[in-house]
Amino acid sequence: MTDIAMDTSPTPTDQNQNQAARASEAVKRGLKKRYAAERRFKAYGIAAVLIALGFIATLFGTIISNGLPAFSETVIKLEIEVSEDIVDPAGERDPAVLASANYRKLIFDEFRGLFPDLKGRSDRRAVTRILSSGATFELQRLVTEDPGLVGQTITFEVPVAADFDLYHKGVISRDVGEDSRRLKDKQLDWFDSLVDKKMIDSRFNITFFTHADSRDPELSGILGAITGSFFTMLVTLMLSFPIAVAAAVYLEEFAPKNKLTQIIEVNINNLAAVPSIVFGLLGLAMFINFFGLPRSAPLVGGMVLALMTLPTIIIASRAALKAVPPSIREAALGLGASKMQVVGQHVLPLAMPGILTGTIIGMAQALGETAPLLMIGMVAFIVDVPGGITDPATVLPVQIFLWADSPERAFVARTSAAIMVLLGFLIFMNALAVLLRKKFERRW
Amino acid sequence: MGEVTTNIPDSKPSAPVTEAAMDDLDKDAKFKTRNVDVFYGDKQALFGVDLDIRANEVTALIGPSGCGKSTYLRCLNRMNDTIDICKVQGQIELDGMDIYSNALDVVHLRAKVGMVFQKPNPFPKSIYENVSYGPRIHGIAAGKEDLDQIVEESLTRAGLWKEVKDRLNEPGTSLSGGQQQRLCIARAIAVQPEVILMDEPCSALDPIATARIEELIDELREKFTIAIVTHSMQQAARVSQRTAFFHLGYVVEVGETDKIFTSPDDKRTQDYITGRFG
Amino acid sequence: MSFYLVLIALIGLTIAGFYLGRSCAMKSADGNARVLHSRPHYYGYFIALWCGLPAILVLTVWTTMQTPIVESIVQSGLPASMTSDDPSRMSLVMNDVRNLASGNITSGEITGDVREAADRYNSLIAIGELARFVVILSIGIAAIAYFRTRISPSFRARNQVEKILMSLLVISSTIAILTTVGIVMSLIFESLRFFEKVSPTEFLFGLEWSPQTALRADQVGSSGAFGAIPLFAGTLLISFLAMCIAGPIGLLSAIYMAEYAPRKVRNTVKPMLEILAGIPTVVYGFFAALTVAPFMRDTGLDLGLVISSESALAAGLVMGIMIIPFVSSLSDDVINAVPQSLREGSYGLGATKSETIKRVILPAALPGIVGSFMLAISRAIGETMIVVMAAGLGANLTANPFEAVTTVTVQIVTLLVGDQEFDSAKTLAAFALGLVLFCVTLCLNIIALTVVNKYREQYD
Repeated sequence: MTDIAMDTSPTPTDQNQNQAARASEAVKRGLKKRYAAERRFKAYGIAAVLIALGFIATLFGTIISNGLPAFSETVIKLEIEVSEDIVDPAGERDPAVLASANYRKLIFDEFRGLFPDLKGRSDRRAVTRILSSGATFELQRLVTEDPGLVGQTITFEVPVAADFDLYHKGVISRDVGEDSRRLKDKQLDWFDSLVDKKMIDSRFNITFFTHADSRDPELSGILGAITGSFFTMLVTLMLSFPIAVAAAVYLEEFAPKNKLTQIIEVNINNLAAVPSIVFGLLGLAMFINFFGLPRSAPLVGGMVLALMTLPTIIIASRAALKAVPPSIREAALGLGASKMQVVGQHVLPLAMPGILTGTIIGMAQALGETAPLLMIGMVAFIVDVPGGITDPATVLPVQIFLWADSPERAFVARTSAAIMVLLGFLIFMNALAVLLRKKFERRW
Repeated sequence: MGEVTTNIPDSKPSAPVTEAAMDDLDKDAKFKTRNVDVFYGDKQALFGVDLDIRANEVTALIGPSGCGKSTYLRCLNRMNDTIDICKVQGQIELDGMDIYSNALDVVHLRAKVGMVFQKPNPFPKSIYENVSYGPRIHGIAAGKEDLDQIVEESLTRAGLWKEVKDRLNEPGTSLSGGQQQRLCIARAIAVQPEVILMDEPCSALDPIATARIEELIDELREKFTIAIVTHSMQQAARVSQRTAFFHLGYVVEVGETDKIFTSPDDKRTQDYITGRFG
Repeated sequence: MSFYLVLIALIGLTIAGFYLGRSCAMKSADGNARVLHSRPHYYGYFIALWCGLPAILVLTVWTTMQTPIVESIVQSGLPASMTSDDPSRMSLVMNDVRNLASGNITSGEITGDVREAADRYNSLIAIGELARFVVILSIGIAAIAYFRTRISPSFRARNQVEKILMSLLVISSTIAILTTVGIVMSLIFESLRFFEKVSPTEFLFGLEWSPQTALRADQVGSSGAFGAIPLFAGTLLISFLAMCIAGPIGLLSAIYMAEYAPRKVRNTVKPMLEILAGIPTVVYGFFAALTVAPFMRDTGLDLGLVISSESALAAGLVMGIMIIPFVSSLSDDVINAVPQSLREGSYGLGATKSETIKRVILPAALPGIVGSFMLAISRAIGETMIVVMAAGLGANLTANPFEAVTTVTVQIVTLLVGDQEFDSAKTLAAFALGLVLFCVTLCLNIIALTVVNKYREQYD
């Protein structure tokens, strides 16, 4: 029997009822405050979610609004007479002569002809700055590719200089006082007269996608960076995928449960959390200094990124392998297959969707990595499109970093546009992974 | 060889409620449920339940697995509200007040109607904090001394005080299974409820712990109204004064425990009692 | 291009080896495959693997060592007029030779000696590539010839092949360890060289950071201060600011989504928060430098405060945004792991949802939440691009978030991205910083994972 401590007062039932009634009253009194606290708490939660979503919206909004203008470029239509006297006096159409002809003079003379009222050398020189240096290269390219153009009058479009591009898009405007902008009023007047003559046009910014980096914003593009990223990703994939899958298969299917295996597993989990810059230091110390591999090459970048992606793919692959039910393995073993045949012919194919999903996600992470590639030197100013994995190159995130550092206003739009391209790739890859998962993953 | 006939009852009773069940309704009952239907999504779990729980009595709810006993119990303190797809229709009154109306707040309801669960679920806090949790959030205690007294009283009533009074700061999870369940009972008592609902409280406990809790239930009914769902007919026979037999979502028969277990009116009740199905 | 030629030839040889092995096996069994121990294609794989793997190994080593070896030969053969004891002059000379050899422009004039050296370079490379081609293919052919003799019906080809595959698997697994060993060794090795020049106590406890090293022995102002405390302080300040943003927002949104949100809301919002984790950090850095920092500076002007355009606040805010998903995802998992029975017990006693969360669920999930916070802090400490683009370069020992500070990661980048000689204390300091960073993040991660695992045991 249990003790019930009771005091000697009015009957237990009365006592109970009083107690219960008092308690009930206390509860009633507190309700209002408690519900107010409940509402407040829920509001905090909603606020937190809304703030986080607001951050996302602000980020994307800023980038997109800054980047969209970069997808169009202002061009000028030039009509140039390819005078034979200047370009090819000897008349032999010798390629070397054609290549080194003074196209600049041709263009400048023609251009200055549009402004007959200009006096003074400084003005006459200043007006040619509306043109980009790309104009000369474009004319040179056209004539050397088709010598038949010599002696004819050709029209072609070239981008205008970056500042005037900004003026045409409204970023530089007359509202601001003349002293606080890069272009003086008379420069704007010259440009406006060209607009009146219908020589100025806006078109889709092909240059952005067909050119590599350049000092002139109007001539710069991401082709070099994209090619560099492509080669780097290729190396990363070819190195990390086989090694990671092999390691995952071994650890999941064959490894004995001993100390060494545990150490390997702990290692992999730790590697997954090491800051990316440390991998860059490793690449610098070992691949570049010790092995003497070429700096800035996609080969080295790919190797460093492969080491970084290994843990991600290993962990994802192990999960995919673990998800295949033991009954499949037992059935195959029962039919006389060797362990390796079971794994290679049955388990691995079934786990492949999960493995591929993990690989795509790992690749997407590697695509956006910047810090380790800075360490191994992919931060140089590269104007050529890389041709192979040992040519110096840069990758898209590093290109973004370099342009972001640039003081020129015109690069802001281009950096944002490059970010949009990068995010586009990432969204595509992640969507692919999700699609793959939805379509092929089986629920056991 | 003779035929072996097994008396398999109808899959759907012909009449939802027997005459005897209707007679049992009492207008002064603590809990009055009239024509309660409960749905889980599209599936109906309870059909037109009319049942009374009388004050200061132990009412046992018996019946085979999955026939709605726990669902019914959880209606009484609106615990079914926590399940999204659960819909409750019908009338449930506590002391004459509709528990689904705005007049009676659900928090207040649960302070008046406590619950003890099948598997003991003490919080990962100290024994003291477990018992004082309820009074604290409801603001029942006037001060620390009052709180101490409530804790002591509740643990005493649950028959646990002697065993734990020297280690109130130890975690509640360090107790044995039976002790944990008594802790949960003490926790429920500390809120000064009027009704205690017990959902198979002894099913996870050994026979000795079960016996202690059954003793406890008997003592508790002096102060509280108790409704207990149980799988064990013997337990129902031991602790309860009234018994309701549930079958496939219907209340088949309700009455005094002695009568139900010796001479039930309904054949299905008879079949269940004698173990023909279950 | 010759490399690809060798590679293609080798691949062709390997494939040929496969078919050869298979047909050999069939021949030795007089066309009856059942007599063979293993299926015929295993004999093919046997030959192919032994032909291809050693050859690829030699190919890789040869290609890696070819250029350095050729360069050292050419360098040692240079006439005395071109050599010098100064390593930077030597590398300039070799650069010229290399550039001329590959047809690029050189820095200086093209003397006869340089041209001769360049010609020698090119001819050595050509010899090397030819030799490589011959050697690799010989290895492959020799392998095929030798292992062919082993083929017989009783030869257990499948077992041999599986052994080879198994060793490949094991080697792949040890690469993870090798990576860690590589990281630790390279960091320690270079750091030790650094600590020869600057003492560990000065580094770890010094209060002044201005890394200058003398380019010439007699340069004025060549004494550099390598006290890293301002860097640690800067890192901690920015990480702290980041957690002030990510902690509350991440935790509260996790609580809301786990306990309050209807399923549709949860299914839409959760992936959107994950987006934050997938955005490359360079984008965050750009956002910080372009939008957030100027906004802060201008708001500061309006309010009468002086907020630097490289303030810790701007960098910390953006870093906080980046870490939100780390906190919210992990916290969401641990909150969901709290058993439903505890919630029911609390509701049964008449607690409101917020009371249940605050008094039962959060205390129960606390170890897991602390673990998630620690992982987030570890991420913040190791983050590079956001701080490189938005935080300052000057070491500043302060707790004022409006000032510009610099962090460990920023200094690692600036020390190494410039044109520095590799041996100077300046560049080696980067490795010492890297070592500290590695150790700290490792400790945080280990502690965090232990805490989270212990908590999981409690509820499994």
